[in-house]
Amino acid sequence: MRMLPSVSGLTPASADEILRPVNPWFIMLTLFFGLLANIVPTAPAAALLRPDFLALVLLYWCIQEPRYVGVGTAWFVGLVMDVADATVFGQHALAYAVLAYAADYFRRRVLRFPLWQQAVQVAALLALCAALVLLVRVVGGAPLPRWTYAVPPVVGALLWPPLSVLLQWPQRPARSRGDR
Amino acid sequence: MRHIPVEPPDFFHRGLKPVSRLAFLGLVSLALMFADTRFRYLEGVRQVVGVVLYPLQRGVELPGEAFGFVADYFGSKRGLADDNARLKQELVAQAPAVQGYATLGDENQRLKALLDMRQRFPGAGIAVEVLYTGRDPFSQKVFVGKGTDAGVKAGDAVVDDLGVVGQVTRVFPAMAEVTLVTDRDHAVPVKVERSGVRSVLFGSGTGRAPELRFTAPTADVRIGDRLVTSGIDGTYPAGLAVAEIVNVDRDTGQMFARIACRPLAGFDRSRYLLVLGREAAAATRPEEPAEVEAAKKGGRNKGRR
Repeated sequence: MRMLPSVSGLTPASADEILRPVNPWFIMLTLFFGLLANIVPTAPAAALLRPDFLALVLLYWCIQEPRYVGVGTAWFVGLVMDVADATVFGQHALAYAVLAYAADYFRRRVLRFPLWQQAVQVAALLALCAALVLLVRVVGGAPLPRWTYAVPPVVGALLWPPLSVLLQWPQRPARSRGDR
Repeated sequence: MRHIPVEPPDFFHRGLKPVSRLAFLGLVSLALMFADTRFRYLEGVRQVVGVVLYPLQRGVELPGEAFGFVADYFGSKRGLADDNARLKQELVAQAPAVQGYATLGDENQRLKALLDMRQRFPGAGIAVEVLYTGRDPFSQKVFVGKGTDAGVKAGDAVVDDLGVVGQVTRVFPAMAEVTLVTDRDHAVPVKVERSGVRSVLFGSGTGRAPELRFTAPTADVRIGDRLVTSGIDGTYPAGLAVAEIVNVDRDTGQMFARIACRPLAGFDRSRYLLVLGREAAAATRPEEPAEVEAAKKGGRNKGRR
């Protein structure tokens, strides 16, 4: 630990660590970056892999800070995403609101696990979100997508551990970050 | 005895329970979806949010553009010299062909004059840049960087150097949404360049080949035939390349042949597109009596989504 201070800093906060209160502006900023990551243009091959960053960031805050980010915030953010994506108005809003609710329901359980096991549960939650979007589209008359539609939630789950560490970084006291 | 006035601490006040909130917002979302798909009431809201989002959408482009600019700057000198030499060679090689074109063009002009056809594209198109592609895997859309400010209108045809890309479906103040010809149920009236058989090309959605529907199994259609716009819809000017036929399945038991096509335009490669206004297409349309026009309007709008 002592030999690798920077690496030891890149672990999630332990259960007995007292975190600083989160800055609401930081939450907004990260949601904003999630939106940017969703609309940034990519090559078609990368677009197949691209997870829903906004849903991922939203999920993180719903699990970690349910007092700041809940169903209402998620719904509003979903509306913005609908416009950015030119999809049916209300589609992402519904999916994100359900995602936020599910996150609120499962959050105590999710937080009990180490990060990589959290990732498995996050995959399920993201898949739920994707399935809702799919349901809305299929009811609206779209054909079923190919199997690649299932890839982004998995990629999103793989990003969960690094994202959790990253988003928790500003809240951790300097001592436990490893730069004593 | 008086009871002690104890207020619960602030963090116990959390408003509605998440379940009720979810139920309420879920219903609102369903209502929004219904209103959006059925009545298109929400275009105004979409416009407003679109304007707010526009700087973001431009902003995410910047890093890539800056990188491209720097790479261009350093890579250009040698590249330019090479290009110059190559282009000179090509110029010489193509000189006979170019001279041939001049005579062909002349001849064409005369034939056109004979047929009393007007110039196909009277107004020059509007060159636009693709900002980003829609993230939605269910629809095929791109966003381009000019909108009402540059005179782009919903319904305008969009082409690139290889063929028809699609049609403008929504216009924002500085941006427009283009639905690609591969989008599900997007219809383009086409004809087979070789035989002149007319048909309609329907997109089939992401990853699926567009189809030529409503074509009799006996129609003169072969693999490799090029499809060009027929211009009879008043949206796409006539004669633009659209697709190439890659498979023809003639089952005489069926009413129509199943014909799969490959679109020619470079959807995922072309960065710059050209928007052709309606007047370019409408130029070849004959006058229609008013009542016929009115009766047709309903049917035509249904086809375009």
